[in-house]
Amino acid sequence: MFEPLQYDFFVRGLIAATLVGALCGLMGVYIVLRRMAYIGHGLAHSVFGGAVVSHVMSFNFLVGASVWGFLSAVLITLTTRKRTIGSDAAIGIITTASFALGIALISRFKTFTRSFDAALFGNILGVTEGDLLAIAVVAGATTIILVLGYKLLLFATFDPEVAQYYGVPTVWVDTMFSLVLAATIVVSMQVLGVTLIAAAVVIPPVVARLLTDNFRNMTLLSTGIGAFCGMGGIYLSYYVDVSSGASVVLFSVALFVVALAYNNLKSTLGVAANRARLLSDHTGTID
Amino acid sequence: MLHPIPHDRHEGEPVIELRDVHAGYDNQHVLYSINLRIMPGAFIGLLGPSGSGKTTLLRTILGATRVYSGEILLHGKPSNRLGSNVGYVPQLETIDWNFPVTVEEVVMMGATRGNPLFPWHRGSDRRAAGEIMERLRISDLVKRHIRELSGGQQQRVFLARALISNPEVLLLDEPTSGVDIKTRDEVMHLLHDLNHQGITVIMTTHEINAVAVHLPWLVCVNQSILAEGSPSEVITPAVLQSTYGAEMPVLDFQGIPLVAESPHFHGAWGNGKDGRPPVQEAGETSEAQPEPEHV
Repeated sequence: MFEPLQYDFFVRGLIAATLVGALCGLMGVYIVLRRMAYIGHGLAHSVFGGAVVSHVMSFNFLVGASVWGFLSAVLITLTTRKRTIGSDAAIGIITTASFALGIALISRFKTFTRSFDAALFGNILGVTEGDLLAIAVVAGATTIILVLGYKLLLFATFDPEVAQYYGVPTVWVDTMFSLVLAATIVVSMQVLGVTLIAAAVVIPPVVARLLTDNFRNMTLLSTGIGAFCGMGGIYLSYYVDVSSGASVVLFSVALFVVALAYNNLKSTLGVAANRARLLSDHTGTID
Repeated sequence: MLHPIPHDRHEGEPVIELRDVHAGYDNQHVLYSINLRIMPGAFIGLLGPSGSGKTTLLRTILGATRVYSGEILLHGKPSNRLGSNVGYVPQLETIDWNFPVTVEEVVMMGATRGNPLFPWHRGSDRRAAGEIMERLRISDLVKRHIRELSGGQQQRVFLARALISNPEVLLLDEPTSGVDIKTRDEVMHLLHDLNHQGITVIMTTHEINAVAVHLPWLVCVNQSILAEGSPSEVITPAVLQSTYGAEMPVLDFQGIPLVAESPHFHGAWGNGKDGRPPVQEAGETSEAQPEPEHV
């Protein structure tokens, strides 16, 4: 277990994956409960388009991709507010358009195609200290924003229409959420890759939901599960020699299967105990 | 079921008044020329078919629609948002019952209005929530998930959320929709009690016979206000025809107007020519009650 820790690249990758896992797990709670599970997948594709545009324009990747992702998230929110277009359709249209733009630019400027492999599939070997710093800053800022906005976010997620009647500035809450989400996706790309971010955003909260009925506990559990999956996935990646993004996702899926089995077993045992109690009561009556 | 309290419409200043209000949403004009005076302590039922604008009228009172013209007055003064004066209870059918929240968390959401920016709820808000939950007899359910409750308890939780800010007016969107008879009765008695404690109650309903006829004051809405008054004044074939656009015969049962809502009755029922007894207008007496129609 400690053997790979002698390599600096592994330690950096381990820290990055753990932080990114926790961050995606935390954000994922709100995403899953807002029934926008595919926004992670979509935004990752959208951010990819932004990353290519930043590259073409020789602009800072992190800033360019974040701004692009934020604008996409805001556009999705605005389109959804039109009522006639659902959030799933809005995600589909806006993010694929952005992704297609990225692909078009790549095919036009073929010279840098290779450098985007990591963005698509994740490459833990490529995590630099600068990436680590960016991940840590986004994780810290996200935690602060979500803790300070806990009350408003909970209301706006549970009952968005009524929340505005009770003084929740829902437009600001949604905008802030879009900003944090875009930043999360951008810093997660290096570790997980565009194509696998959705799993990191969806699986930990779903596992947490299977284990608790309490929102605060779900948030804490999802963050912890995300971190655990990030860490476990990187170890798996090292020993099995597969892509870091894929191993994090496969590790998460394994955990989901265990949680689902536990949940089903608990339900079955609950029903059996109930039947036994009823039978015992019935027998007692006869006696 | 309920005992309508005396309801004076003409004395004092209305708590909320809508003057010639035209309202709706973006590119969708829903309400036309709404004039409504809501007196303190009133218990009002908004009646109308689906899509008639009942919920939009509630939202307009809340300041959540686009008002094209007209004025909304709160205690005689123009107001766009009524703030802490109004509590709102949405239709329970719109709630996500799988959302991981406990009773306490839902009730505490109601305290957001008085303290939106501070991240945590104040001690005074928690005490107020405790008192409200005690009053509504849900204080032993605080840690329970909302899905684990009965229909009546669920309605009490959302009422507690609306009442925590001590509102003068309570707006409820179909509080008896989709619940069984016992729960409906429980909810209506609870609203009646709250009304007797001084809270003005305005609710929408689809249930004419089971709910509306037991309320002291009804307002018939279909894009505009078509009639308002006591049930015996409003539940008449003429008013129902203009509100619902369909013939709806009205029977009189011990002084309470009841609507024969079956579509089988349209055109045939009530003229005495088809062998069935003629329908009595509300207020008239009838010795022989018509046999119930199989639907």
